[in-house]
Amino acid sequence: MTRWQQYLQPKTVTEALDALAHSPEPTLLIAGGTDLLLDLDQGRHPPVHTLVDVNSIREMQPIEIHGSELFIGASVPHSKIVASSLVADHAQALAEACNLIGGPQVRNVATLGGNVAHALPAADGTIALMALNAQAEIASSTKGIRQIPLSEIFLGPGKSTLAKDELLVGFHLPLKNKNQASAFKRIMRPQGVALPIINMAIWLERDKDQIADVRVAVGPAGPKPWRALSAESGLRGQHPDNKTATRALELLLSDAQFRTSPRRASADYRRHLVSVLFKDTLQAAWNRAL
Amino acid sequence: MNEITLTVNGKKHTLPAKPGEMLAALLRERLNLTGTKIGCEEAECGSCTVLVDGEPVLSCVYPAVRADGKEIVTIEGLAAEFTAKSAKNAKQELNLGGLRELSGSKVQLHPLQEAFIQHGAVQCGFCIPGQLMTAYALLKRNPDPSREEIRYALKDTLCRCAGYPTIENSILAAAQSLRTGDPIAPPKIQLSAEKHQVIGQVVTRPDAVEKVTGQAKFSDDIKFDGMLYAAVKRAGIPHGILRRLDISKARALPGVVTVLTAEDIPGEHNHGLVVYDWPAIVGLNERVRYVGDSVAIVAAETQEIAEQAVRLIEAEFELQPVVSNPVQARQPESPSLHESGNLLKHIKVRKGNMEQGFADADVIMEHTFHTATTDHAFLEPECSIAVPLPNGRMEIYVGSQIPYEDRQQVARVLDWPEDRIRIVGQLMGGGFGGKEDIAGQIHAAMLANVTGRPVKLLFDRHESLLVHPKRHATQIKVKVGAKKNGCLTAVETELYGDTGAYASLGDKVMTRATTHSAGPYEIPHVRADCYAMYTNNPPAGAFRGFGVTQSAFAVESMMDMLAEKLDIDPVELRRMNALHVGSVTNTGQVLRDSVGLTECIDKVEAEMIRLSGTNDPFKPRPVAGAPHLVRAWGFAAGYKNTGLGGGAPDKAGAEVELYTDGVVEVRTSSAELGQGLVTVLRMIVAEELSMPPEKVRVLVMDTDLTPDGGPTTASRQTYVTGNAARMATQTLRAAMTSTLAEKYDQPPEKIRYIEGLAYVDGHIVSMGDIAVEMKKGGQEPRALYEYWAPETKPLGEGGDMHFAFAFAAQAAEVEVNTNTGEMRVLNVIAANDVGRIVNPLGLEGQVEGGVMMGLGNALTENFIVEEGRVVTDRLARYRIPGIEMTPNIIPIMVEHPTKDGPYGAKGVGEIVSIPTTPAITNAIYNAVGVRVDSLPVDQEQILWGLKYSPK
Repeated sequence: MTRWQQYLQPKTVTEALDALAHSPEPTLLIAGGTDLLLDLDQGRHPPVHTLVDVNSIREMQPIEIHGSELFIGASVPHSKIVASSLVADHAQALAEACNLIGGPQVRNVATLGGNVAHALPAADGTIALMALNAQAEIASSTKGIRQIPLSEIFLGPGKSTLAKDELLVGFHLPLKNKNQASAFKRIMRPQGVALPIINMAIWLERDKDQIADVRVAVGPAGPKPWRALSAESGLRGQHPDNKTATRALELLLSDAQFRTSPRRASADYRRHLVSVLFKDTLQAAWNRAL
Repeated sequence: MNEITLTVNGKKHTLPAKPGEMLAALLRERLNLTGTKIGCEEAECGSCTVLVDGEPVLSCVYPAVRADGKEIVTIEGLAAEFTAKSAKNAKQELNLGGLRELSGSKVQLHPLQEAFIQHGAVQCGFCIPGQLMTAYALLKRNPDPSREEIRYALKDTLCRCAGYPTIENSILAAAQSLRTGDPIAPPKIQLSAEKHQVIGQVVTRPDAVEKVTGQAKFSDDIKFDGMLYAAVKRAGIPHGILRRLDISKARALPGVVTVLTAEDIPGEHNHGLVVYDWPAIVGLNERVRYVGDSVAIVAAETQEIAEQAVRLIEAEFELQPVVSNPVQARQPESPSLHESGNLLKHIKVRKGNMEQGFADADVIMEHTFHTATTDHAFLEPECSIAVPLPNGRMEIYVGSQIPYEDRQQVARVLDWPEDRIRIVGQLMGGGFGGKEDIAGQIHAAMLANVTGRPVKLLFDRHESLLVHPKRHATQIKVKVGAKKNGCLTAVETELYGDTGAYASLGDKVMTRATTHSAGPYEIPHVRADCYAMYTNNPPAGAFRGFGVTQSAFAVESMMDMLAEKLDIDPVELRRMNALHVGSVTNTGQVLRDSVGLTECIDKVEAEMIRLSGTNDPFKPRPVAGAPHLVRAWGFAAGYKNTGLGGGAPDKAGAEVELYTDGVVEVRTSSAELGQGLVTVLRMIVAEELSMPPEKVRVLVMDTDLTPDGGPTTASRQTYVTGNAARMATQTLRAAMTSTLAEKYDQPPEKIRYIEGLAYVDGHIVSMGDIAVEMKKGGQEPRALYEYWAPETKPLGEGGDMHFAFAFAAQAAEVEVNTNTGEMRVLNVIAANDVGRIVNPLGLEGQVEGGVMMGLGNALTENFIVEEGRVVTDRLARYRIPGIEMTPNIIPIMVEHPTKDGPYGAKGVGEIVSIPTTPAITNAIYNAVGVRVDSLPVDQEQILWGLKYSPK
């Protein structure tokens, strides 16, 4: 089966939106394509006519500071995020997550936008962005450009709220202030598909011996990338000693929906691992926020 | 976009854009740059890596149109990258080891290519373009990488020969050479203790230059004019009767040349290696026995059309209940899959008296183990090209482990005399036992016969995983009796082997599993019963280790359990029971020579104590500063027959010919799958003629041009074909000597051969001139020898069931994370009694690869079939170990020569892999007290085990 009939490589967001609106259907955006092309090949995705490649779009390329925000274009490949000193300074969890995705060849092609748009509940880059409170910039041929909280993109496993005429342009992250830090960790298994059994990103702000503010993202802990809001409340204003962490973890566990994946991990195993990750990741972020 | 303009290896190309085309296809099919390999088309294996604007990418999932305006470097351009851009001074060029010969001209290679050759990193060669391109990108960015940085860069560039440590060392050596301009530092390697001119010395592979430059041709790299492409309609159901088949829509599709069904089979319908039970195509109202059975085959003008045609074929089945495991298969109420029933074979080993044996025991233990089905995952998927010739014959280009067997099986189905078919064996991107059975040979031949045109049948990774025979899943019960002092009194085993839908080599594999199921120990009373059962799973057949991988896991786990119960050191327990010269094996064979097991055990133990810095390496040791990480060592031993044994005639033919240009060619049909037979043959001939190995050409795997070397299986080729080549060369040498003796009127014993020249009474005669002289005298300067290995006896008759055994001991150090159940292997010490070291570079590659395959068998590999349906039908779901999982591997070669082996050598291909799995699982037990009795290791079960039953 021919994977595509027409392959377009627009240079601007406007051109891309135009291509989406006016090309022979079915039309689909493609970023790195390291997942999408395989899904098409292996029949997991219905056939397409037109692929609109976003890798040459100028507005989606930069990693740069816009005022009080770090902007990361959706077409930036993982390897560039890993190598970026701006990302290392302001979004360490994201650099850590992107460094664990795939192998070097895949990271040279696969993009952060693709990672997010795929809408998987445990995508490493996505989980890091969730903890970093990213806003997604979306361009639409009808509604213009808008920013929404990242979490609003996700509908369910593999399903996003992005409409057919919409384009994920990039991500806005608050710059890191003094006493703030983030960390990402995950646990894999050596058999079967190379997806994490569980992953976690934590961002926090430290006020001397207390956690002033914190965000905890976990995957897969439900159908969508998930923030442990009650655990965050349990941590805020507290010193992260063992007692606090244990209490917060209980809150996390009571809210999270861990499921059993046959031949990969039972829900119980995930609950156990999240406890390990939670303490490790919290500790890492806390130590970095000095 | 209508056109693509891209620069490839410095040359600009403008081509029309093709819908759906990936960069790999553009390079391979339109630019004929076939050095870039396709191993999976899933972005998993890394074989297709090329550089795009300096960065490594996977060209199999990179749309070709995206390369527009970009600069591409492929393996074919790597050598030029060095001469053009990196060689800053002439000194460096000269120092690299000089020029290499490639297709008749001299080329300067990149230091990475040189290092891969000199260090022996090249084995089958299929992954090498990917390894080199990934490494090249790394060195451009980082001229002085650490081992960790190399592993990071090569994380997803898989090598199934798994010479990862050597690949790593090659990259370090190349980096150093690039930085300093000095020659490539030679590898540190153990040479033979016995001094020979060539044998036991470092000699590089004859095909290495082609393999590092992308010039080596594998089957799918070959094209013929007018060639058609084939595809196979697979049943897709595990068990049923084919009730309706409609090929009309497929036939009507433009571009389809023919569609064939079982009705079109000219000759016998079934094929098979020992038992003819496997239908070439399942016919109407016949039984489908597994998802990979074929019901129709298509030849079309393009691959795409052929695949589309297959989707248009309609097949309906009357579904039957599925037999999904061998224990179920033996139940009387299970449906019968073959006319003979579900029992392929009940295999029995009997020695002594079991009642007596267990009565003599102070301790009796019993435990049942399970091993998973595993896949060879050779990186080159199966490919056959059948080419009909005007004279009515047919050539089949294929990478096959048994070319003459292919010929026979194809002839049988076509109803042709065998000599009407010529198998032209091609380079193989790995085999490991998985290329012994028929894959596409028969289908390609049938289609070529009907269409009169060449037909290529290439499996993709998905089809490869579904169709070819696997390693048998087993259930093995071991009951052992021992005295308090550790002396074994009795071992009783019961094995079930899942041979899947068809016999393949199931009988032989499970026989080996059974005869070896009590381990490499001298035991007075032994009984083993094995049931090799048909099921509706993919067939199981030969896979490196040939059943012994499975039984070694069971018995070596049991040895550690016994050691603990008796409170005896597990190494000591093995040593006191170890087979030695004079021992009688379970099958009644007296071992007369070459039993280096005790030396293997002693050397591994000593190295383990040295490396661990403790006298109790089996005690768990928490990592300082990270007490949740616990380390311990584990130990295992093993043995494996060399050769077919069991009464099968084991012979090989080899022919050597001296040419007037001084080159000697050695010819045999024996197969080269990456293991290094071609190097071994070159070395043997060079040794026997006292000539430089580079002057020996090796031709293998051609049923018209090379004598039958028999199957490349059972670790037999160094021994059997090696002996054939040696004796053929000795015959040739005698003829050469007598020609010279006559011409110069000298006694033959006065003639000396030194470095490719003959010295006769003050005259110096070149090899080429000897050939001229022989021809003048009316004598052809060649010799053919058919070597028959020592006779063996069938199981049950006592005497020599095998003519040699290789022995091994391994120790593995693991680190278990007690918080998560995760683990990694840190060190593996592997001692192997190989008889005599023939080819040290190749041998080290075998040890590294064998250990990694054993590690994969323990930790990553699990071919999952549920109710006959394959779950792990993509490489993404069937993981093989990568470089990041590679432990520090310490090879130790032990040389106890065997009388009839060439220079004393015996087989090594399988023994190197056998003790690894139990050494790892024993180490896990020693670290955290959880006994793994089912493979592969499941980290979740480790965690629950240590949480709920702490040691």
